[in-house]
Amino acid sequence: MNDVLVVSEHRRGELRDVSHEAITAGRELADARGGDLHVAVVSGDVDRFAEDLNRDGVDAIHAVNDGEEFDHNVYQSAVAALLDRTDAGTVIAPNSVNGLDYAPAVAEDRGIPLVTDAIGIEYDDGLTVTREMYGSKVETTVDVAGDRFVLTIRGGEWSPAEGVGDATIEAVEVDLPDSGARVTGFEEVGGGDVDIADADVLVSVGRGIEEEENLELVEELADALGATLSASRPIVDSGWLPKNRQVGQSGKVVTPDVYIAVGISGAVQHVAGMKGSDTIVAINTDPNAPIFDIADYGIVGDLFDVIPALIDEFA
Amino acid sequence: MKVLVTVKEVAEADDDFAIEGTDIAKSDVEYDLNEWDDYAIEAAVQLAEAGVADEVVAVTIGPERAEETIRMALAKGADRAVRVWDDAFEAGFADVAAKVSVFEAVVDDEEPDLVLGGVQAADTGFGATGVALAERIGFEHAAVVNHLEIDAEADLARVHRELEGGVEELTEVDLPAVLTVQTGLNEPRYASLRGIRQAQRKEIAATDLTGLGLSADDVESALTITSMYEPESESDAELIEGDAGESAGRLAAVLREKGVGA
Repeated sequence: MNDVLVVSEHRRGELRDVSHEAITAGRELADARGGDLHVAVVSGDVDRFAEDLNRDGVDAIHAVNDGEEFDHNVYQSAVAALLDRTDAGTVIAPNSVNGLDYAPAVAEDRGIPLVTDAIGIEYDDGLTVTREMYGSKVETTVDVAGDRFVLTIRGGEWSPAEGVGDATIEAVEVDLPDSGARVTGFEEVGGGDVDIADADVLVSVGRGIEEEENLELVEELADALGATLSASRPIVDSGWLPKNRQVGQSGKVVTPDVYIAVGISGAVQHVAGMKGSDTIVAINTDPNAPIFDIADYGIVGDLFDVIPALIDEFA
Repeated sequence: MKVLVTVKEVAEADDDFAIEGTDIAKSDVEYDLNEWDDYAIEAAVQLAEAGVADEVVAVTIGPERAEETIRMALAKGADRAVRVWDDAFEAGFADVAAKVSVFEAVVDDEEPDLVLGGVQAADTGFGATGVALAERIGFEHAAVVNHLEIDAEADLARVHRELEGGVEELTEVDLPAVLTVQTGLNEPRYASLRGIRQAQRKEIAATDLTGLGLSADDVESALTITSMYEPESESDAELIEGDAGESAGRLAAVLREKGVGA
């Protein structure tokens, strides 16, 4: 019951970073409850992944060699089988697009409470999870009843586990029920005329621009600065700029010398795509906008006043 | 084919807000249709317009105030709506399983072939109800769908799931299914004046737990919010002050120093 089962994640032959972060989160919780840490690696090159996942603090690795890429039926069945075979009472999965495609089903199937998108986990007589609400404007602590939990964790909140562990590694056979969902392929999106990941300077525009016709203003700024134009998700969702201009978790990860965020609030999904920029400038009317938390320079003001003045400076 | 769309009225905090107890003060929030659900409604209405869906039913868990939001779904083209509320929900924070119990009962009544909902709610951000619902009711599912085609003859949905980093997974999902809809799937329409007028005559069936054959025990939540606070700002940004001209001038100097515009 006190053991923790971490489910690793990989795509196209590479373990994703959150897998190593989840090991850290899992080890902390297992320590607090006096349990062991199990890690599941499901599908793909499981032997190579298992070796990589054998880091300090991992007690056992369970390898389910079935298929190449993610299939929620395989993941759900594997996790359920490992809950039966081990003493794990808690599942920790990444709060990723794929994590959210099976973790809620595991929790529902087993009647275990679920908390997603955790940014902090504490155990002291009971489980308390820290998570955000209202679009990252507030944090909450949530007490979770019971002694079994399914948790998904946000990437980048725990440091990755390091070192080399002495975990046992075992292959696990899992019976798979028939599935009515079949992965038929993958598609790269966001190709096209320009690769924003190559740009030294990006002028990036967000919801604050309000109307499509106002885009001319930021295009003019990008021209004046010799910069490339990029955008946050709402601009691309609205069809105002193509997908290849999107910065963020579901778009491109960029690391330019200078990133100028214009009317971008700085949702976590956006920040994941640009926090590695050398210098970040933010222009936003809301002084509490999370973009200012990672900015090096900030102007709290109306972009429709500031941007024309800035264009004049470089005209 | 019948489509059930789960919609939520979400609270959005004002720029300046106060926290009262474990929630944001009611006076400091605006209520709106959840952005993700707007795309789910549009997808359902497009299926109806294409002759694939015969009926689109919207369902929400929300107090009387939420009728304004669900009427928006009707104005955009949903045929009728079900609104579920109960004193039991006033007491605390409903967890995923509690919501699933409500939707399960509505699914039993409505017997849809397809359930669409947003990937997540903008206020609570759990992103789990759709997949958990599919597990409960024995439907297939796909999470974070940003492309959707229904092949009625083959009785399946062809979807793209939007993975991180600009990669989409192509998946076939047998019907009946629950799909959670990502923003950008389509272009949600604005409600027309005609649509708004028609919506006034459409049915919103209000019901409670008893009406669905449930009791308060069925929606008992495992989660309790024990505190809410504004995260400490980690900002070490240098704020550039002054009027627009002054601040632009100072920013220009900073940018030139970094080699921009050279």
